[in-house]
Amino acid sequence: MSKMAKIKKEKQTAWQRFCAWVNGDTADRPLMPADPPAPRKTKTDKNKKQKTVSSRKEGIELNRFGSIYRICAVLIGVAVVTVLMVTVLQLPLFGSPDNPAVNEVVERYVEKGLEETGAVNMVAGMILDYRAFDTFGESSVLFLAVTCVTMLLMRDKNNTSKDEDLLTAREHVIEGYEEDIILTKIARLLIPCALVYGIYVVLNGHISPGGGFSGGTIMGSALILFAVSFGMIRMSRFFTYATFKKVTSCALLVYAASKAYSFFTGANHLESHIPLGTPGAILSSGLILILDICVGIVVACTMYGFYALFTKGEL
Amino acid sequence: MPFIYNFPFFSIFICMISGIVTPLLKNGKWAYRLSLFASGAGFVLSGILLGRIGPNNESFSFMMGHFPAPWGNELSVGPLEAVLATTVCLVMLMALLGGSRDIFEDVLPEKQKLYFIMMDEILAALLALTYTNDIFTAYVFIEISTIAACAIVMAKDSSDTMVATMRYLIMSLLGSGLVLIGIVLLYCITGHLLFPNLQLRVLDLASTGQYTMPLTVVVGLIVMGLGIKSAMFPFHLWLPPAHGSATTASSSVLSGLVVKGYIILMIRLFYKVFTIEVIRELRVTNMIFLFGLAGMIIGSVGAIKEGHIKRMLAYSSVAQLGYVFMGIGLGTDIGIVAACFQILVHACTKPMLFSCASALSAGRHHNKKLHALRGAAYENKLAGVGFTVGALSMIGIPLFAGFAAKVLFASATMAQPVKMWMTLLTLALSTVLNALYYIPAVTVLWSRPEEGEAGEKVLVHPAFAVSTVVFITAVFFLGICYQPVVTLIQNGLALL
Repeated sequence: MSKMAKIKKEKQTAWQRFCAWVNGDTADRPLMPADPPAPRKTKTDKNKKQKTVSSRKEGIELNRFGSIYRICAVLIGVAVVTVLMVTVLQLPLFGSPDNPAVNEVVERYVEKGLEETGAVNMVAGMILDYRAFDTFGESSVLFLAVTCVTMLLMRDKNNTSKDEDLLTAREHVIEGYEEDIILTKIARLLIPCALVYGIYVVLNGHISPGGGFSGGTIMGSALILFAVSFGMIRMSRFFTYATFKKVTSCALLVYAASKAYSFFTGANHLESHIPLGTPGAILSSGLILILDICVGIVVACTMYGFYALFTKGEL
Repeated sequence: MPFIYNFPFFSIFICMISGIVTPLLKNGKWAYRLSLFASGAGFVLSGILLGRIGPNNESFSFMMGHFPAPWGNELSVGPLEAVLATTVCLVMLMALLGGSRDIFEDVLPEKQKLYFIMMDEILAALLALTYTNDIFTAYVFIEISTIAACAIVMAKDSSDTMVATMRYLIMSLLGSGLVLIGIVLLYCITGHLLFPNLQLRVLDLASTGQYTMPLTVVVGLIVMGLGIKSAMFPFHLWLPPAHGSATTASSSVLSGLVVKGYIILMIRLFYKVFTIEVIRELRVTNMIFLFGLAGMIIGSVGAIKEGHIKRMLAYSSVAQLGYVFMGIGLGTDIGIVAACFQILVHACTKPMLFSCASALSAGRHHNKKLHALRGAAYENKLAGVGFTVGALSMIGIPLFAGFAAKVLFASATMAQPVKMWMTLLTLALSTVLNALYYIPAVTVLWSRPEEGEAGEKVLVHPAFAVSTVVFITAVFFLGICYQPVVTLIQNGLALL
């Protein structure tokens, strides 16, 4: 019994050693020698001694409020979950023929979708032609979200201290000298593939599953990989905040303009003169291809924008 | 189809496109001008539309695209929507004018453009919430207005606004989440997203007694979600910090418009989807009624305790929203007419109060504590007059807009004896409470400053002057000639 345990222990240590080796921590030379940081005197430590009777009382009250709050939160949460569960049990069965969702709306999407929108991918036809106004709203949500993050995290004199500026400058210098060979070699292989695949998914959005949102995410991840492996300086040679603004705004503007034209002609019963093409060809299905490209660009820029702003606070 | 029917679509798209173009502009000043243009254009278009369909009492639906309604998106427009849209655009324009100086002082120059993007998109979202005939489109624009509303609180980069934004964001997202779950469940039991089709199915379900429990849960979730987002009584605690700490134009727009957008949507859902009879049967109106009454009192009590003038105004918003919910809670057409009128009154009064309060504190190094503002009205008389008019309107003095709203509420309750007594008593109590904080504030502003307290004379900004004069006119117009507006709202509700 004890022998078994011993073997197991040895095995474990071997595994641990292997892990450590993978992580770059060898027994004789730790990669990052780090002394445990000296315990710092924080403000709360100082204040603890000066706490008066009244503030202690307040603290007790606050604690009591906290515990009551937690209990209430759990109770309300459980109640809401129970109600929702019971409700879900009473809903009509998914996929059954008498489900209310099986009605004339879905019927037309399925039966006439190809003929009316020219898109083989029915989802693309639905979100970019039948209900394009909603999708315009959703793209605007992405645009607003990245604008919001820019507003909050973009470096300015309010949210950055001098130390942080120095730190970034140092990081930039390091980026210039040192290159992670494994990362850059693999990135060189991966980035073109990812970009091409993203473009393929966007351009085929109306023919096969995919479209602007998924293709844009793939392209965005390629941009992020580039920024991770080659650094922000190289990134800024072709992608700066100015480019980001121009590209996003122009893509959304094209979306808005083409959809405004389509809505205007549609509502006023005018001929729109947009050819639907042969279903299945790349150049088909009217505006859907253009809209997919616009959405793809917006999504890619948004993904990269989030990454850059959250890590560095700059684009 | 007459060309004028395109105007709702134009006004929404002008605002959205302005927001999209803004990043390409040179600086914040140009972004500001573009925002003014967007809201001005929206006002003119909605005004023309109102002038046409108001007197003729007509309503129409507008197909967004080449596909008719249940398949494509649709807008539906009637006199009520036109009145609300016109007011929303006008208030947005005036709030931007009244708060312009503060925006350029509070927001960092490189981020001013981004601020105006948010303003444009908020206006677009409010217009879309007013006009849409599709519940999913409504949800998309709820999302837009949620994000943009948090951003305009956050724009003034101080610790107060950050904490306030955090609270606002969490509560607001909770509200959106509940609304979304509600919409999903509603789609599951009806299979539609378009208002008229939904209504047919809901009436069908209500008469056959099918899916009663899911329908109840749906109504509860949507009312609760929209209630959280529009600061209905038990969920109002996020409002005072957010509206009290943001920059002037943000406070004006949030208090005057953004919270109203969700209430307008709630009213339209009650009429166009659930029908007011079903809502009454589910006793949801009674809950809203009680929450409204409680909000009227609690909001005023909070305002009395507050020494910071903008937070006091924010608590007063909670109380005024209580009036709106009380009106909806009456569950009758006339009660909801009164609620809609109160929405207009509050939308015209509160932004004026916020911009005047900020203008008054400008001469006192932006100290917004009431005791620091003694005699501030003498340094900026127009702002003083504006604040006084707004305060008197909120208390409910005859000839001012608030009085007309209170008369409408009181007369709306006459048919229901139990609710009548509760409403009348609470109205009386709330009027007294309103007076208890507005009268001292006005007295402080107009009492002679003691030595050493007086600040420097403030130059009245022309944009601020225009906005205050327009708001004062609007308050007197709604207070004196309210009958035509009420008739318009009545006709609009009948056509919903």
